[in-house]
Amino acid sequence: MGTNLKGQIVMKNLVLKGALAASAFVLLANAASAATLDDVKKKGFLQCGVNTGLPGFASPNDKGEWSGFDVDYCRAVAAAVFGDATKVKFTPLSAKDRLPALQSGEIDVLIRNTTWTLSRDTQGFDFTGVNYYDGQGFMINSKKLSGINSALQLSGASVCVQAGTTTELNLADYFKANKMEYNPVVFEKVEEVNAAYDSGRCDAYTTDQSGLYAYRLALTAPDDHIVLPEIISKEPLGPVVRQGDPQWADIIRWTHYAMLTAEELGITQANVDEVKNGDNPEIKRVLGQEANTKLGTDLGLTNDWVVNIIKAVGNYGEVFEKNLGSGSPLKIARGINAQWSKGGLQYAMPIR
Amino acid sequence: MASQDITPVGKDSAKVSLLNDPKVRGYIFQAVAVLAIAGLGYWIVDNTIANLQRARLATGFGFLDGRSGFDISSSPFLAYSSDSTYLKALMVGFLNTLTVAFAGIITATILGFIIGIGRLSHNWLIRKLCTVYVEVFRNIPPLLVIFFWYLGVLSVLPQARQSITLPFNMYLNNRGFFFPAPVFGDGAWLAGVGLIAGIVGALLVRRWAHKRQMATGQQFPVGLTALALIVGFPLLALAIKGFPLSFDYPVLGAFNLRGGSQIGPEFMSLFLALSFYTAAFIAEIVRAGIRGVGKGQSEASHALGLRAGPTTRLVVVPQAMRIIIPPLTSQYLNLTKNSSLAVAIGYPDLVAVGGTILNQTGRSIEVVAIFMIVYLSLSVLTSLFMNWFNAKMALVER
Repeated sequence: MGTNLKGQIVMKNLVLKGALAASAFVLLANAASAATLDDVKKKGFLQCGVNTGLPGFASPNDKGEWSGFDVDYCRAVAAAVFGDATKVKFTPLSAKDRLPALQSGEIDVLIRNTTWTLSRDTQGFDFTGVNYYDGQGFMINSKKLSGINSALQLSGASVCVQAGTTTELNLADYFKANKMEYNPVVFEKVEEVNAAYDSGRCDAYTTDQSGLYAYRLALTAPDDHIVLPEIISKEPLGPVVRQGDPQWADIIRWTHYAMLTAEELGITQANVDEVKNGDNPEIKRVLGQEANTKLGTDLGLTNDWVVNIIKAVGNYGEVFEKNLGSGSPLKIARGINAQWSKGGLQYAMPIR
Repeated sequence: MASQDITPVGKDSAKVSLLNDPKVRGYIFQAVAVLAIAGLGYWIVDNTIANLQRARLATGFGFLDGRSGFDISSSPFLAYSSDSTYLKALMVGFLNTLTVAFAGIITATILGFIIGIGRLSHNWLIRKLCTVYVEVFRNIPPLLVIFFWYLGVLSVLPQARQSITLPFNMYLNNRGFFFPAPVFGDGAWLAGVGLIAGIVGALLVRRWAHKRQMATGQQFPVGLTALALIVGFPLLALAIKGFPLSFDYPVLGAFNLRGGSQIGPEFMSLFLALSFYTAAFIAEIVRAGIRGVGKGQSEASHALGLRAGPTTRLVVVPQAMRIIIPPLTSQYLNLTKNSSLAVAIGYPDLVAVGGTILNQTGRSIEVVAIFMIVYLSLSVLTSLFMNWFNAKMALVER
């Protein structure tokens, strides 16, 4: 029995080693990197993984310039590290490729509306916070399916969904829990999902509600489509880094808190230089103007890191309104993404 | 002692330095090469394991027993739900790959042979049409051919409510092709027995006809007889049991046609694209094979009084097959591997399902290893079969 078991283990090891050798190149690139901050500084730019094209969060214009909520977070990190928000390169990633790309070291940080889940957190990744609280919903063509006003009426429908997402799992759970049937039509890239839904291949489209509002704008006849009221899941979206580099995780985490804190204190892109030299001690501390401050250098950055962030992209509220809210075609309300003091969930840890 | 002094001349000449012996040198070089490769392999594995451990990534294939949690749109052979394991999901993907590869290989072969022979036709129009076909499909990337079928042809079909109605309660819309599913009642097993009896009967007739032709030179319409036997026996069996067969017809539901059987547009476009694409290459291989048979062969055949059809079928093609089969094998392998492009149009093949699993579990190394092992095994099996077939078709000297 003992030898048999040992034999099995050896066998398993052999198979595993063979498999490892075969696909080792995935991890070879990662051979000598532990301190991401040093690598990024040496490279001279931040490699940031973003969505392949989700209006409001990350999408390139016809000149190839990226814009969006997540894109501004990438720029904020670049501004914190280099003091220069242009020192960032974007890697557009499908849902399926995003985590392997981070794992292999191809990107330094993933800011691509990725849902924070326990299993992802324990698979070698660290989530550094929630920059957008979202929830999954459904969109239908109300002109074609005029009698439907609830997701519970979707039994028998074909549903378009992106592969490898928590969305796909929530969809399966929701229909199973409500004893409904459905036919999943699964694509790897969002563009393919959009095209399939727009051409009528599916009756319903499911993804995070923010995404539904964004995609609706790109449809041939946006006004024909409605987002159903049900929210079937919690989707806390946030930046992800590789596990095992606490310093780098801290930088990403505190970049988010810095933007939130700035909004709380009324520090904006326009007034940052002015209030920096004012006499509010809290603002001075956050902006690194306190005498002998070590807040920034302890993080591995310079003491004016928050100034750089706010100058480059603005505070959380500004970034939100510009990309998703009143300043964008999406017109998404702040809702649960408002500051904690205004009834929302966004709550920054104190910078001191 | 004395005997050592009298060394024969031949042995003396072999006593050159070992390093200058070409045979020994060959062994040394090979040993060095093997060691170098083994060393490189060890370094890669060791480095990977070290990296995995540093990244705190779990390894092993145990995750395959976990609940998948996602649904798959097309699983014709296995009962699959979101409660099934990852392993079962992979099996579903694998069977879908096999299905599309198998169907594609058969169609591509038939189409390729017709077009390849058509390119050598004496009819100007047929010849030119076949040339245009080959040049068009051979010079377009397979992914574009797939998109052509999926976005250009199948997705512009009407919606479910305006389905195109075909004879026998069949429907075509942008959700796929719907046809009645047979429902077998009590006693339908006899039809299965009839089918087997028909096939056995057809084989016997063929053997008898071959023997008779060898002996007397008289021909017998084997094909028609076989068809009659294979169709007739099951029909007869059904008639005896009073036709215990009904059909489940597709009818319009709230969203789509329900009931009956269905072939999704994803499968159809992948299948059509792979068949049409690969057929262009097979056509060229067939043309080359036929051209490779000496002109004297068909001249001799004509001189014996055989017409064009039988000359092609009985004299030219059997000889051409010896040239055709080896390159045909690599086309079959290409088709199987190209089927992984399915991921672009959402057909749940092995790569699409595996990719989802990879994303849900984070086990990239294991999943990629499974991909490689499966495609490698499929390719090796196809090659083995084609080698066997090639050996069977090879010139047997009498």
